Amino acid sequence: MSNYLYILWIPLLPLATFVVLGLFGRKYFAKSAGIIGTASLLTSTLLSFVAAKQYFFEDGKVNGVYQKIIALKYTWLQFSPNVSIDMGVIVDPISVMMLIVVTSVSLMVHVFSLGYMKGEERFATYYAFLSLFTFSMLGLILSVNIFQVYMFWELVGVSSFLLIGYYFNKPSAVAASKKAFIVTRFADLGFLIGILIIGFYGGTLDIGLLIEKFTSAQSPEFISITTASFLGASMLTWGLVLIFMGGAGKSAMFPLHIWLPDAMEGPTPVSALIHAATMVVAGVYLVARLFPVYSMDEAALTIVTYVGAFSALLAAVIACTQTDIKRVLAYSTMSQIGYMMFALGVSKNGGENGLGYMASMFHLFTHAFFKSLLFLGAGSVIHMVHSNEMKDMGGLRKLMPITHAAFLIACLAIAGIPPFAGFFSKEEILTAAFHENKLIYGVALFTAALTSFYMFRLYFNIFWSKDAAVKAHHSAGHDDAHDHGEGTWTMKLPLMILAACAVGVGFIPFSQFISSDGAPLETHIDVVFSIAPVTLSILAILLSASFYKSHNAKSDKAVAFFGGFYRAAYKKFYVDELYLFITKKIVFPLIGQPIAWADRNIVDGFMLLLANTTAKISTAIKGLQSGKVQNYALYFFGGVLALSVLFIYIWK
Amino acid sequence: MNEIPLTHILFVSTALFFIGMYGLFTRRNIITMLMSIELMLNSVNINFVAFNKYLFPDKLDGLFFSLFIITIAAAEAAVAIAIIINLYRSHQSIDVDDATEMKF
Repeated sequence: MSNYLYILWIPLLPLATFVVLGLFGRKYFAKSAGIIGTASLLTSTLLSFVAAKQYFFEDGKVNGVYQKIIALKYTWLQFSPNVSIDMGVIVDPISVMMLIVVTSVSLMVHVFSLGYMKGEERFATYYAFLSLFTFSMLGLILSVNIFQVYMFWELVGVSSFLLIGYYFNKPSAVAASKKAFIVTRFADLGFLIGILIIGFYGGTLDIGLLIEKFTSAQSPEFISITTASFLGASMLTWGLVLIFMGGAGKSAMFPLHIWLPDAMEGPTPVSALIHAATMVVAGVYLVARLFPVYSMDEAALTIVTYVGAFSALLAAVIACTQTDIKRVLAYSTMSQIGYMMFALGVSKNGGENGLGYMASMFHLFTHAFFKSLLFLGAGSVIHMVHSNEMKDMGGLRKLMPITHAAFLIACLAIAGIPPFAGFFSKEEILTAAFHENKLIYGVALFTAALTSFYMFRLYFNIFWSKDAAVKAHHSAGHDDAHDHGEGTWTMKLPLMILAACAVGVGFIPFSQFISSDGAPLETHIDVVFSIAPVTLSILAILLSASFYKSHNAKSDKAVAFFGGFYRAAYKKFYVDELYLFITKKIVFPLIGQPIAWADRNIVDGFMLLLANTTAKISTAIKGLQSGKVQNYALYFFGGVLALSVLFIYIWK
Repeated sequence: MNEIPLTHILFVSTALFFIGMYGLFTRRNIITMLMSIELMLNSVNINFVAFNKYLFPDKLDGLFFSLFIITIAAAEAAVAIAIIINLYRSHQSIDVDDATEMKF
């Protein structure tokens, strides 16, 4: 077993950057913060590639199966001989894959931000927060202990909160960051209870041991957790579903998805990093990390499947109606994560049946690249036109050729057109769904078509359609179309690199490296099977082109045709309003206010009583301390006299 | 010549002790209070010597005790007078009723 200890540096470098930039950034590194952050992350990225090369190609494999390697384990809090909170580094196929995803996307975002955030007053703070996020995400990936996962999970939540609220003088950004934090915190409550249930029955918090104990049907832990039941479901189901609730909160699955669209108030590169490529897939990663346990429990997996599929469909429908380009992308993210979730849900553990697991991880991998590309492209567009609204855009293809090309590639990738990356991973997911559950397959197919439709609606509205933006640009005194241009080379370079990835990563023989049991999985693209989804996607693109390529009334007719349904989708199916109703009309007056009353009157009242009694007694007796020496002498002699009487006459 | 009984001596020392106590409580001048304390200490010395002489004539423990008390009384007087000088410098008075800052 060779040494993987250097992997520890991958998260520690961003942490060091965070500390340095966070403490001294604004004073000493106001200009150079971006370079420092990028350089440190570049080192991390290179280290991750070295680790991936070493693991996948040199010594990760024993007898054809990729091993789980615990590179480091440090017992941090020992509760009992078996239960402890450890800090450690796990090296296995999915963690190494995630290292690559997180460090490379983060690096691209760092580079892009050099141009995008230039001239911001809190430039150094921004990079400090980015580093904090990268550190937390990497720590989350490398966790060996489920409590370690939980701690980094919360750190990720905090850094997401800080970054969404980066423009803290904008009330909507403040509201969005609070919303994101509160919704995910609520989900994390479920996560914590789930951890405690699993830890209680498993007798350990170590992920490897938990998997070992809960995957053999004869082990005493497995028998005890499956026989104990609560409200008709076994404790295993409860534990896993509650853990999934945490994952659903971070991954914006219905009904905990409401924070994600609002999170778009953050700077666009942040959306690319956190709310598209890395943090939101933490939920998928969590389920994948515990997948052997999930695969023992049919009910929990069914919930994962249907929540995933429903979220995918719902988000795709809403995405068709939104006009803010970042919100469209946010819903598309939610939809794609739904794909990953149900792919996990329909999977089994090990062998050929583990196709869904591998497909989910593959989609996570490809999605990270093309979705961050879409967001960075959108960032580039917003940088140019200073607006998020589609109506302010149009005809931008002449002004921003590189962004245009990159965006088109990303759209084709997400639409699943061969040979772009999304095609391969989506095919695997559809195949897995087809073999397991025809209903899910149907939903997935329909969602895929919707995805193509709304992505190209976005594409045509930004880059084709009317020439509004071009005219506005010229009429505003910008005679030379390239005066502002597409931004600096630091903004174009990540777009080009990510575009190359969006084309290329699909050709990686992913199933050779990552599968549910570590052994390579043989997959092949079945041409006959691919006909249906690809044809549907192309039809959807053509429909979208006929609606939006040039300005015409067809789309308005479609809106009129759907009528109420369109309005409901535009209002995001009133889920936000439902939450507001529940919190404002039910939770606050019926639960919050009585508890507040009890806190003010009973809890505080008891404390006030204690304090007041003490104060009264001390006022009454303070005269004893007169400051006169002779009084004290008198007390002293009185005391001696009393003691003498006591000893001489009473205790003879 | 008749020997003086022990009770007489104890009577003297008790009288001395309560005179000292009376002085301690009634006088406001610190130096007088210090003198009263010396009176009380000396009444204790008389007790020690008397008990030693009448009850254990072949031993010297009581005498040594009174010697120690005399030594300590000397040291105590030195310290007390130093304190009194400092008190006088800060308050321009050695009246205890003028030094009552250390109250509630």
